[in-house]
Amino acid sequence: MLTKRIIACLDVDAGRVVKGIQFSDLRDAGDPTELAPAYSRSGADEIILLDISATNQMRSTLLEIVRKSAQHLFVPFTVGGGIRSLDDAGAVFDAGADKVAINSAALDDPALISRIAGRFGSQAVVVAVDAKLSTDSHGNYEVWACGAKQPTAREALAWVQEAEDRGAGEILLTSIDRDGTGDGFDCVLTSGVAVAVRIPVIASGGAGNAGHFVQVFKDGKADAALAASVFHYGIDTFSGLKHELALAGLPVRWPC
Amino acid sequence: MIAILDYDTGNLTSVKKAVDYLRYPCVVTSDPREVERADKIVLPGVGHFSATANLEARGLSTVVRDAISRKIPLLGICLGMQWMFESSEEAPGIAGLALLRGCCQRFTDQVKVPHVGWNHLQVRESGRLFEGIPSGTFMYFTHSYWAPVVECTAADCEYGSTFSAAIECGNLFGVQFHPEKSGAPGLAVLRNFCEL
Repeated sequence: MLTKRIIACLDVDAGRVVKGIQFSDLRDAGDPTELAPAYSRSGADEIILLDISATNQMRSTLLEIVRKSAQHLFVPFTVGGGIRSLDDAGAVFDAGADKVAINSAALDDPALISRIAGRFGSQAVVVAVDAKLSTDSHGNYEVWACGAKQPTAREALAWVQEAEDRGAGEILLTSIDRDGTGDGFDCVLTSGVAVAVRIPVIASGGAGNAGHFVQVFKDGKADAALAASVFHYGIDTFSGLKHELALAGLPVRWPC
Repeated sequence: MIAILDYDTGNLTSVKKAVDYLRYPCVVTSDPREVERADKIVLPGVGHFSATANLEARGLSTVVRDAISRKIPLLGICLGMQWMFESSEEAPGIAGLALLRGCCQRFTDQVKVPHVGWNHLQVRESGRLFEGIPSGTFMYFTHSYWAPVVECTAADCEYGSTFSAAIECGNLFGVQFHPEKSGAPGLAVLRNFCEL
């Protein structure tokens, strides 16, 4: 049976992980090149590295980090942040990424999705969508760009369907309202998107405990969920989190 | 020397990295002469079935067929395994190697497509590729088309339909999953091949 995936997320700023597990056996807890394989060993099904600084001068640093992180990483590896062209994507794949996550650049130029999918395949294209409940009182969600700083007036369901039509292989959906709150994933948003598209949906934003993951898989109909730091949820390892999911009757990769 | 065939598809570097990690000498190449000298061949491939036309264009199809007749071990990964079949719905005009009977089909709309993630194998024939790897082992898949179960199917997998997750037929091997992305069990499959 296809399992629900737990994806470890490394948010990297200027070459350093800005939130994550503080592994005691690591010399440098903020080094993504050490954390990526450590997360994999601890049971994460995939790794996503998001470069949140992603300025031009940081590009070469990022590629070097991707190269080093990928060196001994034998699970799927997604890289996002600042990918604005087919060439940017190509450089990240060359450095060892299996998939790229694109967000604002796809909103500016939706054809970028098809260009990357056409060259590298849909399985290599994750479209990241940051959504926020609109103030229109109709229960719609609006897509925000530029690190959730800029409203786009695009409706989330319409945008994810367009992304799918243009060749996206997966949707990485973040609830801006829940991000960082620990109140749980937005299951209404997630299930709405999961039903609207036929490609896998990765839920993100709001996890505070293992029960929230159970909810987003059961009620939110998510195919995968992002975990920036399960340590903050009172669980030591990714395999510990997956053990909780297995107890709740969810299919997970186990042992891992 | 293991030749990893470069025919303009993805995941070449990840396959090379995995073989390097296992400490077997390998080279990524599209040079038919280099492939001729190899004692094992890996056909990787994430991408569209039409990419297999590049094998023909680069003179690699003939070399691969010749290697198979010389009993050189060949491992096709993902698209590389599908290419061993007669054809695929993904690119109706393009012929596969036809070493195995059948046509690769698209998953139906009853399931999410592509099939992305970790799924478990049902090992049918333990053979050489799956030595030490039991049924129930999880591997990482990412594909929209699936190859039918045939006599040579070494392991199958269930997603909407039951499909060939791996084939083994003499020195001909194929895996639909990505051993280079399936953690320790995936590396064990690669090691079994490299050890042949």
